[in-house]
Amino acid sequence: MLESIWFILWGVLWAVYFMLDGFDLGIGTLMPFLAKTETEKRVMYSAMGPYWDGNEVWLIAAGGVTFAAFPTTYAVMFSGLYSALMLILFALILRGVAIEFRAKMDHPTWKAVWDGCLVAGSFLPALLLGVAFANIFQGIPIDADGIFQGTLFTLLNPYGLFGGVLFVSMFLLHGCLWLIVKTGGTVHEKAAALVNKLWMALAVIAVGFLIATWYATRLYDNYIQNPLMYVVPIVLIPIIVVGALIMVRVYLVKEHWWSAWFASSALIVGVTLFGVAGLYPNLLPSSLNPAFSMTIYNSASSQLTLKIMLGVALTFVPVVIAYQAWVYNFFKDPVTEAEAEEAYY
Amino acid sequence: MDVLWLSRLQFAAATFFHFLFVPLTLGLSILIAIMETIYVRTGDEDYKRMAKFWGKLFLINFTIGVVTGITLEFQFGTNWSRYSRYVGDIFGSLLAIEASVAFFLESTFIAVWAFGWNKLSPKAHAVSIWLVAIASNLSAVWILIANAWMQHPVGYVIRNGRAELTDFLAVITQSAAVHQFIHTVSGAYILAGFFVMGVSAYHLLRKQNTVFFTKSFRIALAFALVFAIVEVVQGHANGAKVAAIQPTKLAAMESLWETTKSAPQYLLVIPDEKNERNLLEFGAIPGALSMLAYHDTQATVKGLKDFPKDERPPVTLPFISFRIMVGLGFLFLALTIYGWFKRNNLENNRGFLKVMLFALPLPYIANEAGWMLAEVGRQPWVVYGVMKTSAAVSPISVSQVLPSLAAFILVYSLLGAAAFYLMATHARKGPEPYQVAMQTGGSENA
Repeated sequence: MLESIWFILWGVLWAVYFMLDGFDLGIGTLMPFLAKTETEKRVMYSAMGPYWDGNEVWLIAAGGVTFAAFPTTYAVMFSGLYSALMLILFALILRGVAIEFRAKMDHPTWKAVWDGCLVAGSFLPALLLGVAFANIFQGIPIDADGIFQGTLFTLLNPYGLFGGVLFVSMFLLHGCLWLIVKTGGTVHEKAAALVNKLWMALAVIAVGFLIATWYATRLYDNYIQNPLMYVVPIVLIPIIVVGALIMVRVYLVKEHWWSAWFASSALIVGVTLFGVAGLYPNLLPSSLNPAFSMTIYNSASSQLTLKIMLGVALTFVPVVIAYQAWVYNFFKDPVTEAEAEEAYY
Repeated sequence: MDVLWLSRLQFAAATFFHFLFVPLTLGLSILIAIMETIYVRTGDEDYKRMAKFWGKLFLINFTIGVVTGITLEFQFGTNWSRYSRYVGDIFGSLLAIEASVAFFLESTFIAVWAFGWNKLSPKAHAVSIWLVAIASNLSAVWILIANAWMQHPVGYVIRNGRAELTDFLAVITQSAAVHQFIHTVSGAYILAGFFVMGVSAYHLLRKQNTVFFTKSFRIALAFALVFAIVEVVQGHANGAKVAAIQPTKLAAMESLWETTKSAPQYLLVIPDEKNERNLLEFGAIPGALSMLAYHDTQATVKGLKDFPKDERPPVTLPFISFRIMVGLGFLFLALTIYGWFKRNNLENNRGFLKVMLFALPLPYIANEAGWMLAEVGRQPWVVYGVMKTSAAVSPISVSQVLPSLAAFILVYSLLGAAAFYLMATHARKGPEPYQVAMQTGGSENA
């Protein structure tokens, strides 16, 4: 029981991380396409300024919860995905430093270097997180001792790369929507002009991914084999995914930008939970032999630890959500070009 | 070089680099909070300018601390997966608690503070920096509880092929953790004090913004003095604690080979690790080591030779680190006491100011030396008496670790250079002129 509760929390934490940092990563990737002038760049940096750090902590929390609740999965997953994870971490380091350091010195080379770090440091994590999760959905070659029998290139299989493309396109749309609600001036206009194209691309990719998932993974087996137990996910999650995708479009047409952003958030959460629910009770399926898979039962912490951690999570996560929501609301006014000019970035 | 050594090197590089930035975050956040509180209480705009000036340096430093912290959490999984598997039930939960109670708070409110100068009332703005200060120190609480558990594991049982938690309260309240927390944060506060005093001394020597930097200096001086005293007093208790829980570390840091009753302390020792002896022992203070370790000049201190060879830590490194740390600790106490008597006439004590300028890097060395002693002195154990470091490493290959180690060294060197360059540039520039600071309200203190 406790294991299952932690499984849900585990999935939710990853979903929230993707939902929040997703727009930062999307904006960073969009930078070379939407920002030509220094002012436009500053506006885009300012749209992420107060948020990226708080968002990134959800990644630390997701990693920490994997460690605390399912230490064996943590050990097998992160040592198995060694090179991919290292690339993600280094990219995220450069992304964070770029956002904070760029404006600290007024020199074109200095700024150009950090702009480059921002783009690479946003695109790579978006891609590789998608690759990693698609591979988890699909199963990775771990043996009976939990040792990964492959290389970084094992992960770059067609379905894995498809997952990467899906994540990049979700984050691009999410970031583009954030720019629309959070900026004024030419960046706002350019983002509003681009967003429909991004939606079209995402719609094609997302539907393709759902079909590919049928062939490449066993995620749907869970839904089919346990119709009663999974009646909630089977009904709800596809509705959320497909419904959110459609609602983004509806709100785009009406130019209800904030609603579109929230629908895009629901889409990201829905896609993550769609995969995670399909995994249950696996956390990391083995592609070599289902018996080698990491499950919530063979990799969980002791009951005592799970209980204590549940108490901690149920106390603090709502508090965190409350003050982060307050901060989001506090800084909700769009960044104007004039503000970005005189401000930090 | 095998995977074990490369992984150790990588973890050492990552933690030592991380800890170049953490102590300043821990201490300077409090100093800025104090400055801003004085501003709120008195309305003296100088203190607002101080919060802004030191805040700018703080933000540069904070960024590197944050981004390099993430790799540490994940390295337990990537490079130390057998460790994570074996002790994750206890250790993992402490890290997760750290993230949920501390990291979120500090990372969220640092943005409120940095971007909120014009949007918040002065009082609410001061509250946001206090939240950052509290949160970063709270994260120190949890990470040091976790490290203390590696130094002295309690509240667990070996079951199902791993260490399982039996007594959470014992883990979080054990005295080793309390000692380690006081010792580590005091060291961090001294560093922050010396940082502010060093930068202030630079400007005072040039007679720039003398009022501003005299005020800064005096706040930092009082802060550093208090914690230099705490550190020396508590450091003694810490030594006794090490004697009680890690006799091998005590023997290594004193380079004591033979078990000795009424063990002396020497003024000068040159260890000869290979031949299990000391090349030189000079100036014995009879019974001093027994006294320090067990509060009894007649007590017997166990020497390294009475421990199995495969349970002895390296000697030279802990031995040297210990002396550097203690020597510098006393130097900090002496400097802050001297400074205290000159506090009303700082500008005319140019010699002292020069010393304080050049003393700026010393607490960094002392902090790192302390960790060197704590971690190398714990070897060959990763969890003292429970799990050896050699058993903790991941089943990964050299071809994976070598590139990541190279990347750590390369990226971190560049980041370190960029960060210290920026800090030096902004520190040299000094605070904004009075009028500018007031006009813009320092919207994001550009």
